[in-house]
Amino acid sequence: MQDLGGAFGEAFRLIGAFDGDLVEIVLLSLRVSLSAVALAALVGLPLGAAVAVARFPGRMASIAAMNAFMGLPPVVAGLAVYLLLSRAGPLGDFGLLYTPEAMVIAQAVLVTPIVAALARQTIEDLHGDYDEQLRALGIGRTGAVATLLWEARLSLVTVLLAGFGRAIAEVGAVIIVGGNINHVTRVMTTAIALETSKGALNLALGLGIVLLAIVLAINALAGLLRHSVAESAHA
Amino acid sequence: MPDDPLAADAGRTRTGALPIAGRDLSLGRDGRMLVDRVSLAVGTPGVTALLGPNGAGKSLLLRMMAGLIAPDGGAVTWAGRSPDRARAHLVGVVFHRPVMLRRSALDNVRFALKAAGVPRSERRDRAMAALASGGLDPLASTPARVLSGGEQQRLALVRAMATGPEALLLDEATAHLDPASALAIETLVLKARDGGAAVLLVTHDLTQARRLADRVVCLHGGGLEADLAADAFFRGPPAGPARAFVEGRLVA
Amino acid sequence: MSRLLPSLAAALALTAGAAAGDDSFIVLQSTTSTRNSGLFDRILPMFAEASGIEVRVVAVGTGQAIRNAANGDGDVLLVHARDAEEAFVAEGYGVERFDLMYNDFVILGPSADPAGVAGMADAPAALAAIARAGARFASRGDDSGTHRKERDLWRMAGVDPVASSGAWYLETGSGMGATLNTAAGLDAYVLSDRATWIVFGNRGDLALHVEGDDDLFNQYGVILVDPERFGHVKAAEGQAFIDWLLSDAGQAAIAGHRIAGRQLFFPNAK
Ligand SMILES: Nc1ncnc2c1ncn2[C@@H]1O[C@H](COP(=O)(O)OP(=O)(O)OP(=O)(O)O)[C@@H](O)[C@H]1O
Ligand SMILES: [Mg+2]
Repeated sequence: MQDLGGAFGEAFRLIGAFDGDLVEIVLLSLRVSLSAVALAALVGLPLGAAVAVARFPGRMASIAAMNAFMGLPPVVAGLAVYLLLSRAGPLGDFGLLYTPEAMVIAQAVLVTPIVAALARQTIEDLHGDYDEQLRALGIGRTGAVATLLWEARLSLVTVLLAGFGRAIAEVGAVIIVGGNINHVTRVMTTAIALETSKGALNLALGLGIVLLAIVLAINALAGLLRHSVAESAHA
Repeated sequence: MPDDPLAADAGRTRTGALPIAGRDLSLGRDGRMLVDRVSLAVGTPGVTALLGPNGAGKSLLLRMMAGLIAPDGGAVTWAGRSPDRARAHLVGVVFHRPVMLRRSALDNVRFALKAAGVPRSERRDRAMAALASGGLDPLASTPARVLSGGEQQRLALVRAMATGPEALLLDEATAHLDPASALAIETLVLKARDGGAAVLLVTHDLTQARRLADRVVCLHGGGLEADLAADAFFRGPPAGPARAFVEGRLVA
Repeated sequence: MSRLLPSLAAALALTAGAAAGDDSFIVLQSTTSTRNSGLFDRILPMFAEASGIEVRVVAVGTGQAIRNAANGDGDVLLVHARDAEEAFVAEGYGVERFDLMYNDFVILGPSADPAGVAGMADAPAALAAIARAGARFASRGDDSGTHRKERDLWRMAGVDPVASSGAWYLETGSGMGATLNTAAGLDAYVLSDRATWIVFGNRGDLALHVEGDDDLFNQYGVILVDPERFGHVKAAEGQAFIDWLLSDAGQAAIAGHRIAGRQLFFPNAK
């Protein structure tokens, strides 16, 4: 009974039933991970682009740090955010622990280094080609960062997708700071962990298949977005 | 030059950029002198052709004059002061391989106007006028990167000229172009010259140099070999590498 | 990015309705065994109906639940490790501890029963037999209530299993469910609370071998986190929840939770 076929059956049953709880969990997963990626983009893209364009002492070290933080274990990110947001922690007064906002913060901590590091590499490659042209037009550092971010937009969509993939797939951080509270902070991955701990392996795997389907759909949407952007400004 | 119609356009500064002068410019890489104590100034309206064999240091010299790379020795000045960003729009540069932004032809020109501090309300009309001057107006909304090589080079020149520069620094602007495209570019260059711009033109095309240039500068192995009025140069270049170069080219 | 950000924002707006929060809620720090048994799914809606208060359950091991509560990250603590609970109150983190309900632990193992413990009525003796046989034993190893009980039983059996950790004694460091999955996969013996076992879906070859010993008694307690220590604790709501749990209505709700006709928890508030 615990086989892939059973899991697929379970996945189709879940999707077919369009269960209210499942929809809620899926929507929360999307909301949390998309918000985290948006936050990470807001911080990581300019940061990565700035490091790509700027020359300052310690630049190599900060690049190495960004690259290393791409490998930050989710549990460690979760624990760090827990310690910050806990009532006993420095930000405890905001009462954010065990809320979707806490999960967004934890995932943003995970995803920002990925976005920053990949954006840095992308922009740096582009900067080599654009630098003299932009300076010849009188564009300064800040202007160059903004221009290069826009010029690299197609590649950066893929960067954000990589970040989204990491966010939506991780369980270690959100289960610590979200608490996997039913109807409040339960997302796809923590639901999968829960069903696994109940020994309901088919259901867990079925949820996993649903999660994959959603990630696939998001990627397809991003592909369409890229395509329409590419139409308007040839890559 | 407050009376200059091109300078009057300048959105950001009234101070000019001419003359563009390099004094004793040297540049070395890996223990090799690539440009060796070259002094060159372009300050009056007219076309100066910069000739020389491959690897002579022409592009490096042009980029130093444009303020894009710093010389190891010597100094570049624009109107007596170090090059600065605020006057970049007064010095139009076209690279050997033009860099097109990933947006429409029109937006490429608008981008340059914005960088030059032209008010938003004027940018569109001025960009369209600039495109029209290069015959590119039918392609205004085409993504710049799908334009043909010749069209891209014309667009690069139009973009560099749109801000009304006092000087144009052109690196092989007509390389790889068919005669009609080359002619279109030459027409634009002459138009800029007639408008009062000083043009420094790197080229391997001696007939083009003959057609356009008032003055010829010849570079060889990083050093300045000749700096003559055009008719004097073509009447008979001095002995040495410059002559060999010209004659080699003429024979071939 | 100026075109990407609006589309991201739109996607967020679409999903933003998902967690419209209600302010009248408390956070309950509790254990995976109670959560996984489905008890909360049954009784919390009843309490919400009676009081209008939502209870948000964070289910972790007893040890972690107590630590979380000691950080002030919860209003009520509901766990099963009496000594630790009393220490929690004594150290000033909790107001008062109340007995709430009990069930019992059981010893499970492969149906082949290589240590021959099936039917034994003495739990420590059964563990000693498992150790003697060198049969695999999967331990929670996570400082949970079940893990604490297991360590008590080993002590009574006069065996130090940790000395054989990695040989026949396997510390999973995980929740009850994950440990049961491990035991089922490795044909290991394992100590579980009965509720988790009854609802567990991936039993494999595991069978129940030892039950009924007084030493396997599993008492749950409930404590209000001290509002004088943590000003944000929702004392009135938390106390209302505890009062309800200890009331006839709450106790009846607990007794009424059945899986496949079997009662999982036995209320014993005084
Ligand atoms: N960054 C660099 N590091 C080392 N050598 C360089 C560098 N840039 C240019 N050079 C060398 O400097 C010399 C002059 O280069 P430059 O591009 O100015 O030649 P050019 O006169 O423009 O030649 P061409 O007609 O082929 O365009 C060449 O030998 C080139 O290899
Ligand atoms: Mg060159």
